[in-house]
Amino acid sequence: MAPNTMTDPTRRTRAGRVRPPAAASLPTRRPMRRSDAGWALLLVGPATVGLSLFYLWPALETFYESFTTSGPFGGHTWSGLHNYATLLHDTELRGALLNTVWYTLFGLLGVPVSLVLATLLAKPGRRFVAGYRVLMFLPAVTMPAAIAIVWKWLYHHDYGLINLGLGKLGVQGPYWVSDPHTALIAVAIVGMWAGIGYGVIIMMAGLEGIPPHYYEAAKMDGAGPLRRFFSITIPLMSPTIFFMTVLSVIASLQTFDLIYVLIGSSNPSLPQTRTVLYLFYEHAFTQNDRGYGSAIAFSLVVLVIAVTAVQFKLQKRWVHYE
Amino acid sequence: MSETALDVPARAVPRAPRPVVTRSAGEQARRVAKSIAASGGAHIVLILASVWLAGPFVWQVLTSFKSLSEATSVPLTWLPQHLRLDNYKAAAIGVPLWSMLANSVISTIVRTSGQVVFCAMAAYGFARLRFRGRNALFAVYLSLLMVPAQLLIAPQYDIILKLHLLNTVAALFLPGMFGVFGTFLLRQFFAGLPTELEEAARLDGANTGRIFWTVMLPLARPGLVALALLTIISSWNELLWPLVVNTDPAKMPLSVGLAYLQGVYPTNYPILMAGSLVAILPLIIVFVVLQRRVLEGIALSGSKA
Repeated sequence: MAPNTMTDPTRRTRAGRVRPPAAASLPTRRPMRRSDAGWALLLVGPATVGLSLFYLWPALETFYESFTTSGPFGGHTWSGLHNYATLLHDTELRGALLNTVWYTLFGLLGVPVSLVLATLLAKPGRRFVAGYRVLMFLPAVTMPAAIAIVWKWLYHHDYGLINLGLGKLGVQGPYWVSDPHTALIAVAIVGMWAGIGYGVIIMMAGLEGIPPHYYEAAKMDGAGPLRRFFSITIPLMSPTIFFMTVLSVIASLQTFDLIYVLIGSSNPSLPQTRTVLYLFYEHAFTQNDRGYGSAIAFSLVVLVIAVTAVQFKLQKRWVHYE
Repeated sequence: MSETALDVPARAVPRAPRPVVTRSAGEQARRVAKSIAASGGAHIVLILASVWLAGPFVWQVLTSFKSLSEATSVPLTWLPQHLRLDNYKAAAIGVPLWSMLANSVISTIVRTSGQVVFCAMAAYGFARLRFRGRNALFAVYLSLLMVPAQLLIAPQYDIILKLHLLNTVAALFLPGMFGVFGTFLLRQFFAGLPTELEEAARLDGANTGRIFWTVMLPLARPGLVALALLTIISSWNELLWPLVVNTDPAKMPLSVGLAYLQGVYPTNYPILMAGSLVAILPLIIVFVVLQRRVLEGIALSGSKA
């Protein structure tokens, strides 16, 4: 096998580099063979049928439905921009959007935490790395529904570990998830907690790409651990940090499972905690207002794409590629 | 994947060569003391982080063996008095827990197999075959990559309804058998493989199908394994889609089953802990056994996305 280091995907040092889709240029060096068309049909055909039926068509359908009003018996009529006009004045949606933004900002706190933990783990000669890694990665393989139930128990007003601990300190803990004042922060803490293990793994893969002699040279010049972290790790890790930031924002903007299980539909703090996606679920599936639900979903997609695009725009200011 | 599955690398980063510097004995001792102090500090941070991230699961396991009165006694008791399985039995009585487990297993297996097969085939086609409309079709795929799954749920529900598949295991895996991300990930993988082996196989008279099957698929194995593991994790844990299509408890996967269990025993946390442990344990076992593969897969998908 030719050591084609530029494109060899198993080369782990490239982990975390984000390249725009445009970089995925298609190979053109081989002349076309007559038999290719038949094989192409056979190989690409099944996936194309499945994706067209279950992805492309539904995407177009949702876009169309967002311009319709659903009738009480399942039919829908064209109503133009009516749903989008309603959207602009919907105070519930505004609240959900604000909650979603809070989760997103809170989730981003997990990025520096994972970088610090990964840096500590990736130090040459560090012991018990495999053990730490397993423990830290557990939340990342656990279903959000189970995470929500476990945390609900930890947050329990009378018997939860958190309030029992606070009680030892002489503090009366709140009703974490049903008190509208604390529910948002309670959900946000769980959301951040759930993302850290994944971040640590991505960050560790990125750290492997930093040549150790950079650290050795800095050490010889008398740079302490903090200086090395800020002057070597952070700049060289900036592509990975950027990648994690993008992923974290996309995941937070689509929070649903935690709200559904940790808060639930009858919780008094639901308006203070529900996300845009949860509101979509309420409209489309519990209130059977598909048209309006589709408008919410479509707006959420536009928001996700816009935020991601802004991040890609801003990365030029702080992300260093070699 | 058995031969390397269990050898966990003790150190992710190769040990750096020690700088050769001569120092006085006193300075040497001071440096050693300093490095022990530094690594001790690091271990304290890492242990605290591990307790924070894994501690809730320990508490979940302990609670799952306690009786309700044990779990709600003040002052709290840390360890359960007996290893009682009553909560597991109660969870299985309250909801069809074992059917749910089977639904999760079957739908995850079918969905993962479908992903790997369909994505690998299409990915190879896009990476290596030349056909009319290839770039346009791939552009459509790429644009679908930006559409989050939730946007598609209502129309996907309609399709499942029209196929008379609501409340079946097929509903759980059908849309998820196909995927844009997997196709894109593997296309990048195939595109990065050297062409020499294919050329050689072609000179030996192998056709495209044979080359794909016997030459390219084995070379792409790390990519296939990564996609499979990522699909297993996301399929097993998914909530919104199965919640919408399967409302019959006997047809729910464990994720929705947990939400349902919560409706049956809203305040009996020992039973909820037992049920949620059944739901997460299979995936934790897969992860611990295939640890290195999972971590590599995640790093790989991160570098390709």
